[in-house]
Amino acid sequence: MANLIDIKGVTHAYKTDNGPLPVLDDLNISVPEGDFCAVVGPSGCGKSTLTKLIAGLMKPDQGEVWLHGEKVTSPRSTVGMAFQNPVMLEWRTILQNVLLPLEIVPNKMSKREKEERGRELLALVGLEGFEDKRPSELSGGMRQRASLCRAIVHKPDVLIMDEPFGALDAFTREDLWQTMHALRAEEPFTGVLITHDLRESVYLADEVIVLSGRPATTQHVENVKLDGRTDLEVIYTPEATEILHRLRHQIEIAQGRAKDEEAA
Amino acid sequence: MKTFRKIATPMIAIVIFLVFWEFIVWVNQWPNYKMASPSDLIPAYAKYWNLFLIYGWQTLWRTVVGLLVAVVFGTLIGMIMGFSRTMRDALYPLLVGFNAIPKATVVPVIALILIGQHDLNTVLIAFMISFFPISVAVSIGLSTLEPEYRDILRSLGASKWTIFWKIALPKTLPEFFGALKVAVTLAFIGTNLMEIVEPHGKGLGHLFDSGKINADYPLMFAVLIALAFLGILLYYIVVALEKIFAGWAERPQG
Repeated sequence: MANLIDIKGVTHAYKTDNGPLPVLDDLNISVPEGDFCAVVGPSGCGKSTLTKLIAGLMKPDQGEVWLHGEKVTSPRSTVGMAFQNPVMLEWRTILQNVLLPLEIVPNKMSKREKEERGRELLALVGLEGFEDKRPSELSGGMRQRASLCRAIVHKPDVLIMDEPFGALDAFTREDLWQTMHALRAEEPFTGVLITHDLRESVYLADEVIVLSGRPATTQHVENVKLDGRTDLEVIYTPEATEILHRLRHQIEIAQGRAKDEEAA
Repeated sequence: MKTFRKIATPMIAIVIFLVFWEFIVWVNQWPNYKMASPSDLIPAYAKYWNLFLIYGWQTLWRTVVGLLVAVVFGTLIGMIMGFSRTMRDALYPLLVGFNAIPKATVVPVIALILIGQHDLNTVLIAFMISFFPISVAVSIGLSTLEPEYRDILRSLGASKWTIFWKIALPKTLPEFFGALKVAVTLAFIGTNLMEIVEPHGKGLGHLFDSGKINADYPLMFAVLIALAFLGILLYYIVVALEKIFAGWAERPQG
Protein backbone atom coordinates (compact mmCIF):
# COMPACT_ATOMS: atom_id res chain seq x y z
CA MET A 1 0.00 0.00 0.00
CA ALA A 2 1.15 3.51 -0.70
CA ASN A 3 2.29 5.75 2.11
CA LEU A 4 -0.36 8.20 3.14
CA ILE A 5 2.01 10.39 5.09
CA ASP A 6 5.53 11.00 3.86
CA ILE A 7 7.83 13.27 5.77
CA LYS A 8 10.97 13.73 3.79
CA GLY A 9 14.09 15.27 5.29
CA VAL A 10 12.25 17.87 7.34
CA THR A 11 14.42 20.35 9.18
CA HIS A 12 12.90 23.14 11.21
CA ALA A 13 14.10 25.81 13.61
CA TYR A 14 12.23 28.39 15.68
CA LYS A 15 13.43 31.95 15.59
CA THR A 16 14.15 33.16 19.10
CA ASP A 17 15.87 36.21 20.54
CA ASN A 18 18.99 34.09 21.07
CA GLY A 19 19.13 32.99 17.44
CA PRO A 20 17.51 30.01 15.74
CA LEU A 21 16.48 27.07 17.92
CA PRO A 22 16.61 23.90 15.82
CA VAL A 23 13.85 21.46 16.72
CA LEU A 24 13.73 18.99 13.85
CA ASP A 25 16.76 17.78 11.96
CA ASP A 26 16.41 15.80 8.74
CA LEU A 27 13.36 13.93 10.00
CA ASN A 28 11.96 11.12 7.85
CA ILE A 29 8.71 9.36 8.65
CA SER A 30 6.45 7.29 6.43
CA VAL A 31 3.05 6.02 7.46
CA PRO A 32 1.21 3.58 5.18
CA GLU A 33 -2.48 4.18 4.59
CA GLY A 34 -4.65 2.88 7.41
CA ASP A 35 -1.75 2.52 9.82
CA PHE A 36 -1.51 4.06 13.21
CA CYS A 37 1.82 5.58 14.05
CA ALA A 38 2.89 6.69 17.50
CA VAL A 39 5.68 9.20 17.96
CA VAL A 40 7.50 9.20 21.27
CA GLY A 41 10.54 11.09 22.43
CA PRO A 42 11.98 13.19 25.24
CA SER A 43 9.89 16.19 26.19
CA GLY A 44 10.61 19.31 24.22
CA CYS A 45 11.99 17.36 21.29
CA GLY A 46 9.68 18.87 18.70
CA LYS A 47 6.78 16.42 18.70
CA SER A 48 4.13 19.14 18.68
CA THR A 49 5.98 20.93 15.90
CA LEU A 50 5.65 17.75 13.91
CA THR A 51 1.84 17.77 14.24
CA LYS A 52 1.68 21.37 13.05
CA LEU A 53 3.81 20.52 10.03
CA ILE A 54 1.62 17.57 9.05
CA ALA A 55 -1.53 19.67 9.53
CA GLY A 56 -0.05 22.35 7.30
CA LEU A 57 -0.26 24.94 10.06
CA MET A 58 3.46 25.56 9.66
CA LYS A 59 5.91 25.18 6.82
CA PRO A 60 9.22 23.41 7.41
CA ASP A 61 12.45 25.32 6.78
CA GLN A 62 13.69 22.43 4.67
CA GLY A 63 12.22 19.20 3.47
CA GLU A 64 8.71 18.27 2.47
CA VAL A 65 5.55 16.85 3.96
CA TRP A 66 3.37 14.82 1.63
CA LEU A 67 -0.15 13.65 2.25
CA HIS A 68 -1.89 11.35 -0.21
CA GLY A 69 0.75 12.04 -2.82
CA GLU A 70 0.30 15.80 -2.53
CA LYS A 71 2.77 18.23 -1.06
CA VAL A 72 1.36 20.02 1.99
CA THR A 73 1.64 23.77 1.69
CA SER A 74 -1.39 24.93 3.67
CA PRO A 75 -4.06 23.47 5.98
CA ARG A 76 -6.34 20.95 4.33
CA SER A 77 -9.75 19.65 5.25
CA THR A 78 -8.66 16.02 5.02
CA VAL A 79 -6.96 16.34 8.38
CA GLY A 80 -8.53 15.97 11.83
CA MET A 81 -6.85 17.15 15.01
CA ALA A 82 -7.20 16.38 18.70
CA PHE A 83 -5.16 17.95 21.46
CA GLN A 84 -4.42 17.30 25.10
CA ASN A 85 -6.87 20.10 25.85
CA PRO A 86 -10.20 18.92 24.38
CA VAL A 87 -11.03 22.56 23.44
CA MET A 88 -14.79 22.25 23.62
CA LEU A 89 -16.68 25.41 22.72
CA GLU A 90 -18.59 26.03 25.95
CA TRP A 91 -21.46 27.90 24.27
CA ARG A 92 -22.35 24.92 22.09
CA THR A 93 -23.90 21.61 23.01
CA ILE A 94 -21.80 18.47 22.70
CA LEU A 95 -23.47 17.59 19.38
CA GLN A 96 -22.92 21.10 18.01
CA ASN A 97 -19.28 20.85 19.05
CA VAL A 98 -18.86 17.57 17.22
CA LEU A 99 -20.47 19.01 14.07
CA LEU A 100 -18.20 22.07 14.00
CA PRO A 101 -15.84 20.79 11.25
CA LEU A 102 -18.83 20.15 8.98
CA GLU A 103 -19.54 23.89 9.10
CA ILE A 104 -16.07 24.58 7.70
CA VAL A 105 -15.34 21.71 5.37
CA PRO A 106 -17.35 21.79 2.14
CA ASN A 107 -19.76 18.85 2.04
CA LYS A 108 -23.05 17.83 0.55
CA MET A 109 -24.66 16.57 3.75
CA SER A 110 -28.06 17.84 4.77
CA LYS A 111 -28.63 19.14 8.26
CA ARG A 112 -30.28 15.87 9.23
CA GLU A 113 -27.50 13.74 7.80
CA LYS A 114 -24.96 15.79 9.73
CA GLU A 115 -26.86 15.31 12.96
CA GLU A 116 -27.20 11.60 12.36
CA ARG A 117 -23.49 11.34 11.71
CA GLY A 118 -22.72 13.22 14.92
CA ARG A 119 -25.09 11.10 16.99
CA GLU A 120 -23.65 7.91 15.52
CA LEU A 121 -20.12 8.89 16.45
CA LEU A 122 -21.10 9.98 19.95
CA ALA A 123 -22.85 6.65 20.48
CA LEU A 124 -19.72 4.88 19.29
CA VAL A 125 -17.61 6.51 22.00
CA GLY A 126 -20.25 5.92 24.67
CA LEU A 127 -21.73 9.40 24.82
CA GLU A 128 -25.28 8.49 23.85
CA GLY A 129 -27.72 10.72 25.71
CA PHE A 130 -25.18 13.52 26.18
CA GLU A 131 -25.73 15.15 22.78
CA ASP A 132 -27.57 18.17 24.15
CA LYS A 133 -25.47 18.68 27.26
CA ARG A 134 -23.02 21.53 27.61
CA PRO A 135 -19.30 20.66 27.76
CA SER A 136 -19.13 22.02 31.32
CA GLU A 137 -21.54 19.28 32.41
CA LEU A 138 -19.17 16.53 31.24
CA SER A 139 -16.08 15.02 32.86
CA GLY A 140 -12.62 15.45 31.34
CA GLY A 141 -12.67 11.98 29.83
CA MET A 142 -16.09 12.55 28.28
CA ARG A 143 -14.99 15.86 26.80
CA GLN A 144 -11.98 14.14 25.27
CA ARG A 145 -14.26 11.50 23.75
CA ALA A 146 -16.38 14.24 22.20
CA SER A 147 -13.21 15.92 20.97
CA LEU A 148 -12.20 12.69 19.19
CA CYS A 149 -15.63 12.58 17.51
CA ARG A 150 -15.14 16.14 16.34
CA ALA A 151 -11.71 15.27 14.96
CA ILE A 152 -13.11 12.55 12.70
CA VAL A 153 -16.66 13.77 11.96
CA HIS A 154 -15.67 15.03 8.51
CA LYS A 155 -14.05 11.67 7.66
CA PRO A 156 -10.47 12.92 7.45
CA ASP A 157 -7.77 10.75 5.89
CA VAL A 158 -5.41 11.62 8.69
CA LEU A 159 -6.09 11.95 12.39
CA ILE A 160 -3.38 13.84 14.24
CA MET A 161 -3.41 13.56 18.00
CA ASP A 162 -1.12 15.54 20.24
CA GLU A 163 -1.04 13.79 23.63
CA PRO A 164 -4.83 13.50 23.64
CA PHE A 165 -4.96 11.39 26.81
CA GLY A 166 -2.11 13.10 28.64
CA ALA A 167 -4.30 14.99 31.10
CA LEU A 168 -6.55 12.08 32.04
CA ASP A 169 -6.26 9.77 35.02
CA ALA A 170 -4.85 6.29 34.38
CA PHE A 171 -8.17 4.40 34.35
CA THR A 172 -9.96 6.91 32.15
CA ARG A 173 -6.98 6.82 29.84
CA GLU A 174 -7.23 3.04 29.48
CA ASP A 175 -10.94 3.42 28.70
CA LEU A 176 -10.11 5.92 26.01
CA TRP A 177 -7.51 3.60 24.51
CA GLN A 178 -10.21 1.00 24.04
CA THR A 179 -12.48 3.65 22.57
CA MET A 180 -9.74 4.42 20.04
CA HIS A 181 -9.71 0.78 18.95
CA ALA A 182 -13.51 0.84 18.67
CA LEU A 183 -13.32 3.95 16.52
CA ARG A 184 -10.65 2.47 14.28
CA ALA A 185 -12.78 -0.59 13.70
CA GLU A 186 -15.60 1.60 12.38
CA GLU A 187 -13.83 4.56 10.81
CA PRO A 188 -10.94 4.11 8.45
CA PHE A 189 -8.22 6.69 9.06
CA THR A 190 -4.49 6.91 9.23
CA GLY A 191 -3.36 8.07 12.60
CA VAL A 192 -0.43 9.93 14.06
CA LEU A 193 -0.34 9.86 17.83
CA ILE A 194 2.09 12.00 19.76
CA THR A 195 2.48 10.59 23.24
CA HIS A 196 4.85 10.26 26.17
CA ASP A 197 3.23 7.07 27.39
CA LEU A 198 5.05 4.02 26.01
CA ARG A 199 2.30 1.59 27.04
CA GLU A 200 -0.17 3.76 25.15
CA SER A 201 2.01 3.69 22.06
CA VAL A 202 2.38 -0.10 22.19
CA TYR A 203 -1.32 -0.67 22.80
CA LEU A 204 -2.57 1.66 20.08
CA ALA A 205 0.03 1.94 17.33
CA ASP A 206 1.15 -0.24 14.47
CA GLU A 207 4.56 1.34 14.61
CA VAL A 208 6.29 3.44 17.20
CA ILE A 209 8.81 6.03 16.17
CA VAL A 210 11.31 7.18 18.75
CA LEU A 211 12.64 10.66 18.18
CA SER A 212 16.04 11.72 19.42
CA GLY A 213 16.49 14.70 21.69
CA ARG A 214 16.33 18.19 20.21
CA PRO A 215 16.88 18.73 17.33
CA ALA A 216 14.83 15.61 16.70
CA THR A 217 15.53 13.04 14.08
CA THR A 218 14.22 9.51 13.68
CA GLN A 219 16.21 7.42 16.12
CA HIS A 220 14.35 4.14 16.11
CA VAL A 221 11.32 2.55 14.46
CA GLU A 222 9.57 -0.30 16.23
CA ASN A 223 6.90 -2.41 14.59
CA VAL A 224 4.26 -3.42 17.07
CA LYS A 225 1.44 -5.44 15.66
CA LEU A 226 0.34 -7.45 18.64
CA ASP A 227 -2.36 -10.08 18.26
CA GLY A 228 -5.80 -9.52 19.75
CA ARG A 229 -4.97 -5.99 20.59
CA THR A 230 -8.36 -4.70 21.59
CA ASP A 231 -7.92 -6.51 24.90
CA LEU A 232 -5.97 -4.47 27.43
CA GLU A 233 -4.37 -7.68 28.76
CA VAL A 234 -2.13 -7.63 25.72
CA ILE A 235 0.04 -5.00 27.38
CA TYR A 236 1.02 -7.53 30.02
CA THR A 237 2.18 -10.26 27.64
CA PRO A 238 5.92 -11.06 27.52
CA GLU A 239 5.96 -9.94 23.90
CA ALA A 240 4.67 -6.48 24.81
CA THR A 241 7.01 -6.24 27.77
CA GLU A 242 9.94 -6.95 25.51
CA ILE A 243 8.89 -4.17 23.14
CA LEU A 244 8.37 -1.78 26.04
CA HIS A 245 11.88 -2.54 27.27
CA ARG A 246 13.36 -1.83 23.89
CA LEU A 247 11.45 1.46 23.60
CA ARG A 248 12.41 2.45 27.15
CA HIS A 249 16.04 1.88 26.26
CA GLN A 250 15.72 3.97 23.13
CA ILE A 251 14.17 6.84 25.09
CA GLU A 252 17.07 6.73 27.52
CA ILE A 253 19.48 6.98 24.64
CA ALA A 254 17.45 9.90 23.27
CA GLN A 255 17.61 11.64 26.62
CA GLY A 256 21.35 11.17 26.64
CA ARG A 257 21.33 9.27 29.89
CA ALA A 258 20.88 5.61 30.66
CA LYS A 259 19.99 5.66 34.33
CA ASP A 260 16.56 7.28 34.34
CA GLU A 261 14.05 4.85 35.85
CA GLU A 262 10.82 6.75 35.27
CA ALA A 263 8.01 4.20 34.93
CA ALA A 264 6.65 3.92 31.44
CA MET B 1 -41.38 30.21 43.40
CA LYS B 2 -37.87 30.61 42.07
CA THR B 3 -38.71 33.73 40.05
CA PHE B 4 -40.64 35.10 43.01
CA ARG B 5 -37.57 34.70 45.21
CA LYS B 6 -35.38 36.28 42.57
CA ILE B 7 -37.55 39.39 42.46
CA ALA B 8 -38.56 39.50 46.11
CA THR B 9 -35.04 39.30 47.56
CA PRO B 10 -33.70 42.55 46.04
CA MET B 11 -37.07 44.26 46.63
CA ILE B 12 -36.96 43.45 50.33
CA ALA B 13 -33.35 44.65 50.49
CA ILE B 14 -34.41 47.98 48.96
CA VAL B 15 -37.30 48.35 51.40
CA ILE B 16 -34.99 47.62 54.34
CA PHE B 17 -32.57 50.21 53.02
CA LEU B 18 -35.34 52.85 52.75
CA VAL B 19 -36.65 52.09 56.24
CA PHE B 20 -33.13 52.35 57.64
CA TRP B 21 -32.62 55.67 55.87
CA GLU B 22 -35.93 57.04 57.21
CA PHE B 23 -35.01 55.84 60.69
CA ILE B 24 -31.55 57.48 60.68
CA VAL B 25 -33.01 60.83 59.64
CA TRP B 26 -35.84 60.58 62.21
CA VAL B 27 -33.58 59.53 65.08
CA ASN B 28 -31.14 62.37 64.46
CA GLN B 29 -33.92 64.85 63.81
CA TRP B 30 -32.06 66.04 60.72
CA PRO B 31 -33.69 68.91 58.85
CA ASN B 32 -34.19 68.10 55.18
CA TYR B 33 -31.43 70.49 54.06
CA LYS B 34 -29.00 68.25 55.91
CA MET B 35 -30.50 64.96 54.80
CA ALA B 36 -33.90 64.43 53.25
CA SER B 37 -35.72 61.25 54.21
CA PRO B 38 -37.58 58.90 51.83
CA SER B 39 -40.91 60.30 53.07
CA ASP B 40 -39.77 63.77 51.94
CA LEU B 41 -39.19 62.45 48.45
CA ILE B 42 -42.76 61.38 47.78
CA PRO B 43 -44.11 64.96 47.69
CA ALA B 44 -41.18 65.93 45.44
CA TYR B 45 -42.05 63.19 42.95
CA ALA B 46 -45.76 64.05 43.17
CA LYS B 47 -45.11 67.72 42.50
CA TYR B 48 -42.59 67.34 39.66
CA TRP B 49 -43.53 64.00 38.13
CA ASN B 50 -43.84 65.42 34.61
CA LEU B 51 -40.38 67.02 34.89
CA PHE B 52 -38.95 63.72 36.09
CA LEU B 53 -40.37 62.01 33.03
CA ILE B 54 -39.09 64.62 30.56
CA TYR B 55 -35.65 65.09 32.12
CA GLY B 56 -35.31 61.43 33.01
CA TRP B 57 -35.91 60.49 29.38
CA GLN B 58 -33.32 63.03 28.21
CA THR B 59 -30.74 61.61 30.59
CA LEU B 60 -31.63 58.05 29.69
CA TRP B 61 -31.46 58.34 25.91
CA ARG B 62 -28.24 60.30 25.93
CA THR B 63 -26.66 57.75 28.25
CA VAL B 64 -27.81 54.85 26.09
CA VAL B 65 -26.52 56.47 22.89
CA GLY B 66 -23.20 57.22 24.59
CA LEU B 67 -23.05 53.63 25.75
CA LEU B 68 -23.81 52.28 22.27
CA VAL B 69 -21.03 54.39 20.78
CA ALA B 70 -18.76 53.09 23.55
CA VAL B 71 -19.70 49.50 22.70
CA VAL B 72 -18.93 49.95 18.99
CA PHE B 73 -15.77 52.00 19.45
CA GLY B 74 -14.58 50.06 22.51
CA THR B 75 -15.05 46.72 20.75
CA LEU B 76 -13.19 47.98 17.68
CA ILE B 77 -10.22 49.24 19.72
CA GLY B 78 -10.32 46.00 21.72
CA MET B 79 -10.23 43.95 18.51
CA ILE B 80 -7.30 45.93 17.15
CA MET B 81 -5.39 45.48 20.40
CA GLY B 82 -6.45 41.86 20.75
CA PHE B 83 -5.22 40.79 17.34
CA SER B 84 -2.05 42.82 17.00
CA ARG B 85 0.69 42.87 19.57
CA THR B 86 2.21 45.98 18.06
CA MET B 87 -1.08 47.85 18.27
CA ARG B 88 -1.54 46.68 21.84
CA ASP B 89 1.88 48.00 22.82
CA ALA B 90 1.19 51.23 20.97
CA LEU B 91 -2.33 51.94 22.21
CA TYR B 92 -2.28 50.81 25.84
CA PRO B 93 -0.34 53.76 27.31
CA LEU B 94 -2.48 56.17 25.29
CA LEU B 95 -5.70 54.60 26.51
CA VAL B 96 -4.59 54.42 30.12
CA GLY B 97 -3.45 58.03 29.99
CA PHE B 98 -6.72 59.12 28.45
CA ASN B 99 -8.70 57.20 31.02
CA ALA B 100 -6.68 58.69 33.86
CA ILE B 101 -7.73 62.25 32.94
CA PRO B 102 -10.62 63.22 35.25
CA LYS B 103 -13.60 63.64 32.97
CA ALA B 104 -14.84 66.59 35.05
CA THR B 105 -11.93 68.54 33.57
CA VAL B 106 -12.77 67.37 30.06
CA VAL B 107 -16.37 68.57 30.32
CA PRO B 108 -15.64 72.32 29.97
CA VAL B 109 -13.14 71.62 27.20
CA ILE B 110 -15.69 69.64 25.21
CA ALA B 111 -18.37 72.22 25.96
CA LEU B 112 -16.09 74.88 24.47
CA ILE B 113 -15.00 72.91 21.43
CA LEU B 114 -18.53 71.91 20.50
CA ILE B 115 -20.30 74.93 21.83
CA GLY B 116 -24.09 74.75 21.76
CA GLN B 117 -24.21 71.05 20.78
CA HIS B 118 -25.62 69.96 24.10
CA ASP B 119 -26.85 66.53 23.12
CA LEU B 120 -23.65 65.72 21.28
CA ASN B 121 -21.52 66.96 24.18
CA THR B 122 -23.38 64.86 26.68
CA VAL B 123 -23.28 61.73 24.54
CA LEU B 124 -19.58 62.30 23.98
CA ILE B 125 -18.75 62.45 27.69
CA ALA B 126 -20.90 59.40 28.42
CA PHE B 127 -19.02 57.58 25.69
CA MET B 128 -15.56 58.75 26.74
CA ILE B 129 -15.99 57.69 30.33
CA SER B 130 -17.37 54.24 29.52
CA PHE B 131 -15.49 52.75 26.54
CA PHE B 132 -12.24 51.94 28.35
CA PRO B 133 -13.38 48.84 30.29
CA ILE B 134 -14.99 47.47 27.12
CA SER B 135 -11.76 47.88 25.11
CA VAL B 136 -9.67 46.23 27.79
CA ALA B 137 -12.09 43.30 28.20
CA VAL B 138 -12.34 42.61 24.46
CA SER B 139 -8.59 42.89 23.90
CA ILE B 140 -7.83 40.57 26.82
CA GLY B 141 -10.51 38.13 25.70
CA LEU B 142 -9.08 37.96 22.20
CA SER B 143 -5.40 37.93 23.09
CA THR B 144 -5.79 35.15 25.64
CA LEU B 145 -7.56 32.83 23.22
CA GLU B 146 -5.73 29.50 23.55
CA PRO B 147 -3.92 28.60 20.30
CA GLU B 148 -5.65 25.21 20.21
CA TYR B 149 -8.99 26.95 19.75
CA ARG B 150 -7.65 28.62 16.66
CA ASP B 151 -5.88 25.48 15.47
CA ILE B 152 -8.95 23.24 15.41
CA LEU B 153 -10.49 25.54 12.79
CA ARG B 154 -7.28 26.65 11.13
CA SER B 155 -6.26 23.05 10.45
CA LEU B 156 -9.48 22.68 8.43
CA GLY B 157 -8.60 25.66 6.28
CA ALA B 158 -11.00 28.11 7.95
CA SER B 159 -10.50 31.80 7.22
CA LYS B 160 -9.50 34.32 9.88
CA TRP B 161 -12.99 35.78 9.71
CA THR B 162 -14.61 32.37 10.33
CA ILE B 163 -12.32 31.80 13.31
CA PHE B 164 -13.25 35.20 14.71
CA TRP B 165 -16.97 34.70 14.15
CA LYS B 166 -17.25 31.13 15.37
CA ILE B 167 -14.72 31.10 18.19
CA ALA B 168 -13.03 34.35 19.21
CA LEU B 169 -16.20 36.44 19.35
CA PRO B 170 -18.43 34.08 21.37
CA LYS B 171 -15.55 33.19 23.68
CA THR B 172 -15.04 36.88 24.49
CA LEU B 173 -18.72 37.57 25.25
CA PRO B 174 -18.60 36.84 29.02
CA GLU B 175 -15.72 39.31 29.47
CA PHE B 176 -17.52 41.78 27.25
CA PHE B 177 -20.69 41.69 29.32
CA GLY B 178 -18.73 41.95 32.54
CA ALA B 179 -17.21 45.15 31.22
CA LEU B 180 -20.55 46.40 29.90
CA LYS B 181 -22.02 46.23 33.41
CA VAL B 182 -19.27 48.52 34.63
CA ALA B 183 -19.68 50.74 31.58
CA VAL B 184 -23.43 51.22 32.18
CA THR B 185 -22.94 52.97 35.51
CA LEU B 186 -19.95 54.90 34.20
CA ALA B 187 -22.00 56.21 31.29
CA PHE B 188 -24.58 57.64 33.72
CA ILE B 189 -21.82 59.41 35.60
CA GLY B 190 -20.64 60.86 32.28
CA THR B 191 -24.07 62.12 31.27
CA ASN B 192 -24.69 63.78 34.61
CA LEU B 193 -21.24 65.26 34.74
CA MET B 194 -22.06 67.21 31.59
CA GLU B 195 -25.56 68.05 32.77
CA ILE B 196 -24.34 69.43 36.11
CA VAL B 197 -20.94 70.95 35.32
CA GLU B 198 -22.10 72.64 32.12
CA PRO B 199 -25.85 73.06 32.67
CA HIS B 200 -27.90 73.59 29.56
CA GLY B 201 -31.41 73.03 30.81
CA LYS B 202 -31.66 69.35 29.98
CA GLY B 203 -31.62 66.09 31.86
CA LEU B 204 -31.87 65.08 35.48
CA GLY B 205 -28.62 66.94 36.12
CA HIS B 206 -30.45 70.15 35.31
CA LEU B 207 -33.30 69.22 37.67
CA PHE B 208 -30.72 68.63 40.39
CA ASP B 209 -29.22 72.04 39.70
CA SER B 210 -32.56 73.81 39.91
CA GLY B 211 -33.26 72.02 43.18
CA LYS B 212 -29.97 73.40 44.46
CA ILE B 213 -30.68 76.94 43.30
CA ASN B 214 -34.20 76.92 44.84
CA ALA B 215 -33.00 75.27 48.06
CA ASP B 216 -35.46 72.43 47.31
CA TYR B 217 -33.46 69.76 49.12
CA PRO B 218 -35.99 66.93 48.83
CA LEU B 219 -35.95 67.50 45.04
CA MET B 220 -32.15 67.07 44.95
CA PHE B 221 -32.38 63.78 46.79
CA ALA B 222 -35.29 62.73 44.61
CA VAL B 223 -33.09 63.28 41.53
CA LEU B 224 -30.33 61.13 43.01
CA ILE B 225 -32.76 58.30 43.63
CA ALA B 226 -34.22 58.68 40.13
CA LEU B 227 -30.68 58.36 38.72
CA ALA B 228 -30.08 55.28 40.82
CA PHE B 229 -33.34 53.84 39.49
CA LEU B 230 -32.31 54.45 35.85
CA GLY B 231 -28.92 52.91 36.57
CA ILE B 232 -30.52 49.79 37.99
CA LEU B 233 -32.93 49.60 35.03
CA LEU B 234 -30.15 49.74 32.44
CA TYR B 235 -28.00 47.34 34.43
CA TYR B 236 -30.72 44.71 34.41
CA ILE B 237 -31.27 45.17 30.69
CA VAL B 238 -27.60 44.30 30.26
CA VAL B 239 -28.03 41.31 32.57
CA ALA B 240 -30.94 40.11 30.44
CA LEU B 241 -28.86 40.47 27.26
CA GLU B 242 -26.02 38.61 28.94
CA LYS B 243 -28.38 35.75 29.79
CA ILE B 244 -29.42 35.49 26.16
CA PHE B 245 -26.00 35.75 24.53
CA ALA B 246 -23.58 34.46 27.15
CA GLY B 247 -25.82 32.41 29.43
CA TRP B 248 -23.63 29.39 28.73
CA ALA B 249 -20.83 30.89 30.83
CA GLU B 250 -22.97 30.69 33.95
CA ARG B 251 -22.16 27.57 35.93
CA PRO B 252 -24.91 25.86 37.86
CA GLN B 253 -24.48 26.64 41.53
CA GLY B 254 -24.15 23.58 43.66
